[in-house]
Amino acid sequence: MDFLYEGLVKAFQLLFDGNAETWSAVYITLCVSSLSIFFTVLIGAPLGFMLGYCKFKGRDTVRMLTDTLLSFPTVVIGLLVYSLVSRQGPLGDLGLLFTLPGIAIGQVLLGMPIVVAMVANAVENADSRMKETLLTLGANNIQVLRATLWETRYHLMLAGIAAYGRIVSEIGISMMVGGNIKWHTRTITTAIALETGKGEFAMGIALGVVLLIIAFGVNFSVAKLKRRAGQ
Amino acid sequence: MKKFAALLLAFALLVPALAQAKDKVLMMATTTSTDNTGLLDELMPEFTKDTGIDIRWTAIGTGKALAMGRNCDVDVLLVHAPGAEKKFVKNGHGIDRTQLMYNDFVIVGPANDPAHVKGMPVEKALKAIAAAKAPFASRGDNSGTNKKEISLWKAAGMSVPDKADWYMQLGQGMLKTLNAAAQKGAYTMTDRGTWIKYMDVNKGKTPLKIVVEGDKVLFNQYSAIAINPVVCPDAKVTLAKEFIAWMGTPKAQKAIGNFRLLGKQLFTPNAGK
Repeated sequence: MDFLYEGLVKAFQLLFDGNAETWSAVYITLCVSSLSIFFTVLIGAPLGFMLGYCKFKGRDTVRMLTDTLLSFPTVVIGLLVYSLVSRQGPLGDLGLLFTLPGIAIGQVLLGMPIVVAMVANAVENADSRMKETLLTLGANNIQVLRATLWETRYHLMLAGIAAYGRIVSEIGISMMVGGNIKWHTRTITTAIALETGKGEFAMGIALGVVLLIIAFGVNFSVAKLKRRAGQ
Repeated sequence: MKKFAALLLAFALLVPALAQAKDKVLMMATTTSTDNTGLLDELMPEFTKDTGIDIRWTAIGTGKALAMGRNCDVDVLLVHAPGAEKKFVKNGHGIDRTQLMYNDFVIVGPANDPAHVKGMPVEKALKAIAAAKAPFASRGDNSGTNKKEISLWKAAGMSVPDKADWYMQLGQGMLKTLNAAAQKGAYTMTDRGTWIKYMDVNKGKTPLKIVVEGDKVLFNQYSAIAINPVVCPDAKVTLAKEFIAWMGTPKAQKAIGNFRLLGKQLFTPNAGK
């Protein structure tokens, strides 16, 4: 069990001694996950809002499907995106395999159901009484829409942070689409898999601690936002 | 809203910038043993210095590397499954298959050697392991090592003990398989390079030791193959050929022979032989 303690010590050495490989993995992780979360929220939030706000036929089925997609295994998403961006695949000409945007496509697919489901849920729950109250007070439809949008702002951020947590810690997509290429597509999680595979357990633990530090930041923000959203 | 638009624009510009491929980038798929041992980390900076080619590699099993080659996703392969490689070339997926270096496979097992196979030829050893139902850890991942192991069971006149209780198919890389074998007190087959790396990582402390080695059938040849540009028009065949030629130069061959861990040589160069 020596490697647990060794790993903890090493984590701080890696970070503070400016280990180039570690910082490259941290930088790449932050780079690709920011790209992913940006597009996840950009596309997911309006979809989630529509799903929660509009009443249409088959809405329950769509919600159920979205909830099911929450359990999409990352390796399968990775395989799916690989088959799309492989040079033989339909998007092959774009040359996205072994690139960060390629990984981001998969991560957007991964994060999207979380944002859609959580935003839809928030809109649904906020909707019921507030809408009636606003209508009683003489608000028009546009005003109701704006109020609902405003009311769900914290939930939207929460959804984004939850999705970010899943995106930053996934490995299946980064490994399959990114290829774990040193200095280019090696993220923290694929580096952990590599070091563990090489039997360098202390290094694996150290990188795990680095990822946990990022995750801690995310959770810290979630806790703060939850308090502000009054949940 | 202005801020948001600016952010959106920034991201829109970032995507093509990240996706843009440089001209002199060579993409290679290779087996785990060349990467995990640190050989490529040692050699490739020299290659880049000499040729100006930015080589990037993904380390996967030989089976997956060949599949990536068939899908035109890489430009060159560095693999070790001669049978599968020849088929790959014969089917038109690859050209210029060139032998570069070799080492050998060894069978390692618990120090107390429960199946008493020490010093036996491979065939007899595998039969003895099966007869004793001694635990055996297999890569089980269609890698070069796995393909070799399967061929050895067949050569010993047995079918692969697929469902036997004592036969563990891990689906993991070589070092993980060695770790699992150490934990489980199992026999396993490994290339000598990874075995030395394993000893190096564990500082020599391991319950495993070599029980079978030196048999002619345990020869392990590594070769490079360029992807056929006729099948894959985007494959950078000129750069791939440059890589294969460089690996065969006296300088690179000498560097391969000089690559050592724990004072032991991991690969023996044999280009042009």
